[in-house]
Amino acid sequence: MNDAPAVPPILVEATADVLASPGELTIGQIFGAFLLIGATSFGGGVVAYLRSGLVSKHRWLDDKTFVELLSISQTLPGLNATNMAVLVGDRLRGLRGAIAAICGICLPGALLMYAVSLAYHVRGDRPIVTAMLRGVAAAAVGLVLATTVQLGRKSLAYVYDLIFVAIAVIGVNRLHQSVPRVLIAVGVVAILWYRPRRGKKEGSGP
Amino acid sequence: MNQIPALIRVFAYLSLLTVGGGMAAFPELKILTVEVHHWLTFPQLIHLYSVGQMAPGPNMMMIVSIGAWTAGIPGAVVVLIAFFGPTTLLAFTVGRLWMRLEKWPWRASIQRGLAPVSIGLLLAGCLTMAKGAVTGLVTAVIAVAVFAILLRSRINPALLILGGALVGLFAFGLK
Repeated sequence: MNDAPAVPPILVEATADVLASPGELTIGQIFGAFLLIGATSFGGGVVAYLRSGLVSKHRWLDDKTFVELLSISQTLPGLNATNMAVLVGDRLRGLRGAIAAICGICLPGALLMYAVSLAYHVRGDRPIVTAMLRGVAAAAVGLVLATTVQLGRKSLAYVYDLIFVAIAVIGVNRLHQSVPRVLIAVGVVAILWYRPRRGKKEGSGP
Repeated sequence: MNQIPALIRVFAYLSLLTVGGGMAAFPELKILTVEVHHWLTFPQLIHLYSVGQMAPGPNMMMIVSIGAWTAGIPGAVVVLIAFFGPTTLLAFTVGRLWMRLEKWPWRASIQRGLAPVSIGLLLAGCLTMAKGAVTGLVTAVIAVAVFAILLRSRINPALLILGGALVGLFAFGLK
């Protein structure tokens, strides 16, 4: 059993049937795949679960398409997880695929949080529950901060980026400006800052 | 009093603020649900948001809890549709358009420019939440420990949040 093949079998498989038959997927298959991801993606980071499910396991997408759809998801308003579900569902089976995907990925968490809200209403003010929730909330702060820092490491490239980050934080937390106001004001300035530079092809003007 | 129209308005509006992630909308979520409409208290909001981080799927499913508290099952359903409807529609239409705009030079500018703004809004959301959740030495230690561990290892965050619950139980519950 030690005569290893020249090419690892996984690689052969991976290149064999990427995007083999996305058109033949049924709405049920799409809903089922996203339902499974929606039910098992504990601990946040749904994008990683989406990637391993859609790209590695089902091979409905290749990695390049996945990354491109992810960059659209991150730019548009909306959660990455649900935007990805819509974009991937649309690619696989159009509008109905998109609806199936977003319903699938949301359903398990929504049911769970409905149950939590009932339980919290009945037991939420007991001292022992409150004590645990104080710990949970503190841990969640560490989690969301770590997630933001990791995202920032990936998506921030220039020193100027840090200035825009700082202005947005100060605008919301210090100057108490509303989120949409900060989003539009800083967003427009940042987009203009990174405006398309002339001189590559057009080459006209100063 | 029928809260359904207010729920729809608030969550459809919040939906459009979640640039980069749900946390970006947190400061507005707090103002609208706690201070304007009094659907829940700030500690309750933080508790639900935190517990929601342990739930699988998209990490803003705690909005279902707010809808359910305010107006029962219809409230939960309405909040889900209001919160995910607008961004779904936007992702669907802009997503198709965006693929065709590959050569449009402003496309890269928009992506580059919005990246730092969304990180800033996410951080602002984190700080708003931290003001309510980190109230003393023990909670500060929990938050910093979880943050440091997550940046250094690939442990499942849900386990760390459960760990936070245990520390909270021993620190605040057994007095």
